[in-house]
Amino acid sequence: MQIYLPIAEVSVNALLLFGLGGIVGLLSGMFGVGGGFLITPLLFFIGIPPTVAVATGANQVVASSVSGVLAHIRRRTVDFRMGWVLLAGGLIGSGLGIWVFNILSEMGQIDLTVQLSYVLFLGFVGLLMFQESLRSILRSRQPARKITRRHQHLLVHRLPLKMKFRTSGLYISVIPPILVGMLVGVLAAIMGVGGGFIMVPAMIYLLGMPTKVVIGTSLFQIIFVTAFTTVMHAVTNQSVDMMLALLLILGGVVGAQFGTQIGAKLKAEQLRILLALLVLGVCALLALDLLLRPGELYSISVEGRA
Amino acid sequence: MIRLLALLILFAAPLRAEEVVAGLSQTRIAITASFSGSDILVFGAVKRDTPAPEGPLQVIITLQGPPLAVTVRRKDKVAGIWVNTDAVGVSSSPSFYAIAATAPLREVLTETEDLRHAVSIPRAIRAVGSGLEDAGVFTDALIRIRTEEGSYTLDETGVELAEETLFRTRFEMPANLTEGAYRTRILLTRGGTVVDSHETMIDVRKVGLERWLFALSREQPLIYGLLSLVLAVVAGWSASALFRYIRS
Repeated sequence: MQIYLPIAEVSVNALLLFGLGGIVGLLSGMFGVGGGFLITPLLFFIGIPPTVAVATGANQVVASSVSGVLAHIRRRTVDFRMGWVLLAGGLIGSGLGIWVFNILSEMGQIDLTVQLSYVLFLGFVGLLMFQESLRSILRSRQPARKITRRHQHLLVHRLPLKMKFRTSGLYISVIPPILVGMLVGVLAAIMGVGGGFIMVPAMIYLLGMPTKVVIGTSLFQIIFVTAFTTVMHAVTNQSVDMMLALLLILGGVVGAQFGTQIGAKLKAEQLRILLALLVLGVCALLALDLLLRPGELYSISVEGRA
Repeated sequence: MIRLLALLILFAAPLRAEEVVAGLSQTRIAITASFSGSDILVFGAVKRDTPAPEGPLQVIITLQGPPLAVTVRRKDKVAGIWVNTDAVGVSSSPSFYAIAATAPLREVLTETEDLRHAVSIPRAIRAVGSGLEDAGVFTDALIRIRTEEGSYTLDETGVELAEETLFRTRFEMPANLTEGAYRTRILLTRGGTVVDSHETMIDVRKVGLERWLFALSREQPLIYGLLSLVLAVVAGWSASALFRYIRS
């Protein structure tokens, strides 16, 4: 069943889009990542123009995050206070990102920037998570050498502007969460991702938040940042394709519900190591694409009506 | 007076000895949500007041999408990775261009006539001076990419001509059409020279929901953006509610 997308101006198979949304939604529910880091490259691959893929990807992440966060709110695993602080940074970052995105688009370097950012961030975060979760799995098998991480003194405890986050059981400075939020906002705008794949590890390792509340809280922040990004892209680039978004969302919300249930059954370490492998896999694919000689060296971008 | 008129007719006649009368299977194409391409049949006849002149008559039919300004970029290996480096601006290239003829273009049209009427694919593209030595490579790449994706086609035996009078051809238009006026041209040639031509337009437009969404995204981008959000939130929330209902 072919469907014509009004903004992307291409005709694609509706079931394919629905399936893509479903897979991404499943992962989104399991890991608390918006799934944007999968959907944007997949959309490139099926021939959606990069600007439309990024903007519509952001819109899809809004829906899957709303669906996911509701399940987390019911289980009381959302630290709202931390969410708002992260969000404040996120909105600033997103505005900054849109501005950079438009400059790079004009220079013809947006595809490269998007790909490079993917490779760098996914590679870095993937390795970090993989190493850490492997270590904690090994540690849990040797109960004799159990180390409690409760009262570790991280950088976040030394900075000023401290705030109490009761749900996470933390008393830390607000500066690191705001910076984390900002970075995620920039990524949301440039890469069309929610930024969960970078925020989740940052919350665990940098802020020291308990894994249980991390996913719900990151979803909460992602909703607002991607919502803002969607509107900004719609206004400045007119590149949000509602028809495309609707199909991805329909698949995505269904997938997310199943994902949340699977996620609740898995142990935190298992969850993290799976996410790490997934992130590294996508990273390797994109890196290969940059390193190998492309089949077609030339590309066409339409500037407008002549 | 009558003599003068007769003289005029005598002089005028060889200029318009053969004339095209043509029709299209449809003059407008509606892009709906389920649009998956369209077929256009172009047909017609050659009208003559005098017997046909010597030499074979040839017919060229072209269908041309709205002209677009594009930039062609080339990737090069920089520090180990493939990066867009050089770029050439093409001020006008049709989004879609199909040519059908009764014989190979080189036989039915001279170089000068091609230049004058901009018939062949390279002639239909206008590049801007770029300062690059190999700018021609970029327009070649543009044609190659567009040909591979099916946007540019050349069918040198695509026009059927019967009795040097009736002709017809069929164009397949792909699903990824750009909106706008599509120009259809019919050229009659003899010995490589164009003897008559005829032009009509096909209107390609989005209709219904497609039209509404596209127009809204351009005219009211803020409302469009907010609407996309509402859609996303409602879909996310209702899915969550539905699943809770199913489980309970």
